[in-house]
Amino acid sequence: MTGTDISLWQVAGTLVLVAIAIAASRWRHADVEEDLAIAVVRSFVQLTAVGYVIKAIFDSDSLWLVVALLAFMVVFGAWTARGRARAVPRAFVPLLVALATAAAATLAIVLALGVFEPKPRFMVPVGGMVIGNAMTAAAVALNRLADEIHDKANLIEATLALGATAREATLRLVARSLRSGLIPLIDQTKTTGMVFFPGTMVGALLGGASPLNAVRLQLILLWTLMGAAALSALIATTLAQGRFFTPAHQLVEPPPP
Amino acid sequence: MLHDLSMRIDPGSTALLGPSGSGKSTILRLLNRLADPDEGVVRMHGEDVRAIDVLALRRRAMLVPQLPAPLPGTVAENVQYGPSLIEREVEVAPLLERAGLDGSYAEREAAQLSVGEQQRVMLARALALEPEVLLLDEPTSALDESARDEIERTLGDLRERISIVLVTHDRAQAERLTTRTVRIDAGAVAA
Repeated sequence: MTGTDISLWQVAGTLVLVAIAIAASRWRHADVEEDLAIAVVRSFVQLTAVGYVIKAIFDSDSLWLVVALLAFMVVFGAWTARGRARAVPRAFVPLLVALATAAAATLAIVLALGVFEPKPRFMVPVGGMVIGNAMTAAAVALNRLADEIHDKANLIEATLALGATAREATLRLVARSLRSGLIPLIDQTKTTGMVFFPGTMVGALLGGASPLNAVRLQLILLWTLMGAAALSALIATTLAQGRFFTPAHQLVEPPPP
Repeated sequence: MLHDLSMRIDPGSTALLGPSGSGKSTILRLLNRLADPDEGVVRMHGEDVRAIDVLALRRRAMLVPQLPAPLPGTVAENVQYGPSLIEREVEVAPLLERAGLDGSYAEREAAQLSVGEQQRVMLARALALEPEVLLLDEPTSALDESARDEIERTLGDLRERISIVLVTHDRAQAERLTTRTVRIDAGAVAA
């Protein structure tokens, strides 16, 4: 295998590992064989399609097409995250604003600092990673927020009864939710290089980059992703917080009597 | 849950007496606007409560919940929380004493106290905002007999200085603590 030419046979070879996963599932009755198969087919179809789209965008060298692709990712990401944070009332708009702002702000900053050139071959993969991590952080934070508000409804009402606003009554819960959204990425960043090698670095090494360049690229991405995830989780929880309350600072879903 | 309900609560001490699920607690929630009625009007001193700033209304008509809900932190932090929201400072020890706790409780963690002691912290926390009326939602339902008697003694003293609306299913308690009783059944005032 050379650095960049990978045949379909080589890809197919890794299906042996998928077969091991399916066998393990069947042996221990985990009942995820079908999900594993669907995941393999979907990843093949989606990534192949995206590969052609990205190739076309790289060939065209059009920043407008990059913006269109990233906008699609933002909308699709917000939609997906909304599915995970189903207990949050009307979560789509907060998620959309969170993802769009996180993507735009972080890309603008890395471009303004000259970290990357404004070229499709940088913008597309970096934008995709930023949006993906922003989506996960926002979805985890909102999920946690919904759970906290549901579980602590009595405490929230007791706090509202003391004359607190909805925002004041949920300050601690929002802080905890925000922490939940960020901890996976913080842990990943803390353990990087020790417990696992991140994908970008592996990709760069396999693609023939020098180890030091691969490491620098990975650091740029990790630190960028931390900023994007924090921004996204912060915006999503801030906007979604009010959706659990009426304008009169009443819980939309009060605790059971 | 409530329907065709029309009632007037005068200053003083009033019990809303009725079985579980009859809508008594819902009435309390309408009085401080933790909930609004689908139809009809709730008035305080003749003024539609929806025309009053909701946060100010809740400080005037102060709900003490059925189950103690202490905020994380010390007893003193719990008592000071409400006043701190409107940038007011209060002396904690006298408030604890009015609620039947001695001042040494101030620095204890509220969540570490017994349920009876926590309920007293809820009372002190409510009194810290100098409300016009205390809305008490079955305040002794989670307590054993001796803790109940102590809370009742405290409420007996408090009702001399502040109006109370007491939700209870215990007729004897209603008679001990209030001078008027309104019976609620199936979401309406019972005959």
